[in-house]
Amino acid sequence: MTAQVSITLMVNGERVEAQVLPRLNLADFLREQLKLTGTHVGCEHGVCGACTVRVGGEIVRSCLMLAVQVDGAEVETIEGLSDSGEIADLQDAFRDRNALQCGFCTPAMLMAAQDLLQQNPAPAREEIREHLSGNYCRCTGYQAIIDAVENAARARVGRTA
Amino acid sequence: MKASAFAYARATSVANALELLVLHGEKARVLSGGQSLIPAINLRLVAPELIVDISDLKELRGIAVKGETLVIGALTRHADLLKSSDIVKCAPLLKAAVAHVAHPAIRNRGTIGGSLAQADPASELPACMLALGATIVVRGPGGERRIAAEDFFTGIYETKLAPQDLLVALELPVARKGSAHFFQEFARRHGDYAIVGLAAQALLQGDRFADLRLGYFAVGDKPVLAKAAGRLTGVAVTPALLAEVSDALSDELDPQQDQQATPAMRRHLAKVLLRRSVATLLNRPDLQAGATA
Repeated sequence: MTAQVSITLMVNGERVEAQVLPRLNLADFLREQLKLTGTHVGCEHGVCGACTVRVGGEIVRSCLMLAVQVDGAEVETIEGLSDSGEIADLQDAFRDRNALQCGFCTPAMLMAAQDLLQQNPAPAREEIREHLSGNYCRCTGYQAIIDAVENAARARVGRTA
Repeated sequence: MKASAFAYARATSVANALELLVLHGEKARVLSGGQSLIPAINLRLVAPELIVDISDLKELRGIAVKGETLVIGALTRHADLLKSSDIVKCAPLLKAAVAHVAHPAIRNRGTIGGSLAQADPASELPACMLALGATIVVRGPGGERRIAAEDFFTGIYETKLAPQDLLVALELPVARKGSAHFFQEFARRHGDYAIVGLAAQALLQGDRFADLRLGYFAVGDKPVLAKAAGRLTGVAVTPALLAEVSDALSDELDPQQDQQATPAMRRHLAKVLLRRSVATLLNRPDLQAGATA
């Protein structure tokens, strides 16, 4: 039973069929088999948040899910969110506010930020901080990231008002 | 690190999961939310031969009120607990506690049954089970059995669960009129494991406690229901009595030394939380004097 397992899933709206070993985690599957390298692998035990993706519309740590577990599921990565334009304004806000330096944490920061804004369109700074608390950044020190999310949220609320 | 090789079986029912566990015994591990098991596998702290994935068993996920009992399925996720109006009504302590469990992406996958079966002495939910007087429902080869939370946790990552057992649900008494709760923990960063934490459930009668259950976590090898709390029920709480109870609590606890804190620091923080909880629950700010940390 340690042999390869067939899985079929949707990734960024496209149907994917693959053979995976049970030990392969979702992050490595996305990066190595699908070449979707925007999902980063930092700590590999759920602490740093760099591997955040959406499964079934909810953000999860892809290093803490097995690829076999997403058989039949819908997975969205930063490439999907970026290509569809869903987070274009957040990306702009990050750039405008210098909310990234090395960029390693950025894809997952954007995933987590978008998740927050979907649930809470006008979050307070403390709420932004709390929602991003599971995503480590080792360069900017968070202040600019929180500014960027706050700016993007305000702009979105302004557009729909 | 990368996980070592293992086989994988997605359980199709509770019965199927139990069959697999009977067949493979200690060589198998149950995967529910995976937020503790997969890190351990990735770090190669555990190396099961078989993963029995129960995460798709819908029959084990959900929250229901049955008379005076709140029943929570083992696969109910932390995020489900946060969103549930039944939890707000019947066991608000749980909602307060879950907000401290890790981070949103982890709460989307982590399950209450997984957290209890994992029995990390620093985790919030086992202590809540003690404070709330929960019953843990377990199914094994011999059928179903119910274990009081006070008996369920036996040590670091150790419970009354045998390798062939599956934790299927937990039952909590619905909060009665006059119930109040308090939850606080000390952690270096929000979402980290606590240095010391307290989940408290009280029943108030006038200006006194009719009942007070203090579930401490990260103060030993398992969550602790503080016996000293008994001395605060049915009496008018004075600063002198609280000081006595605080000393008794300190004697009762046997905290561990680790990179986060010494036993003395943990005892001190536990006493701070005792004062804060009693002062908050009785709405007596005067009792909190000296409770600084």
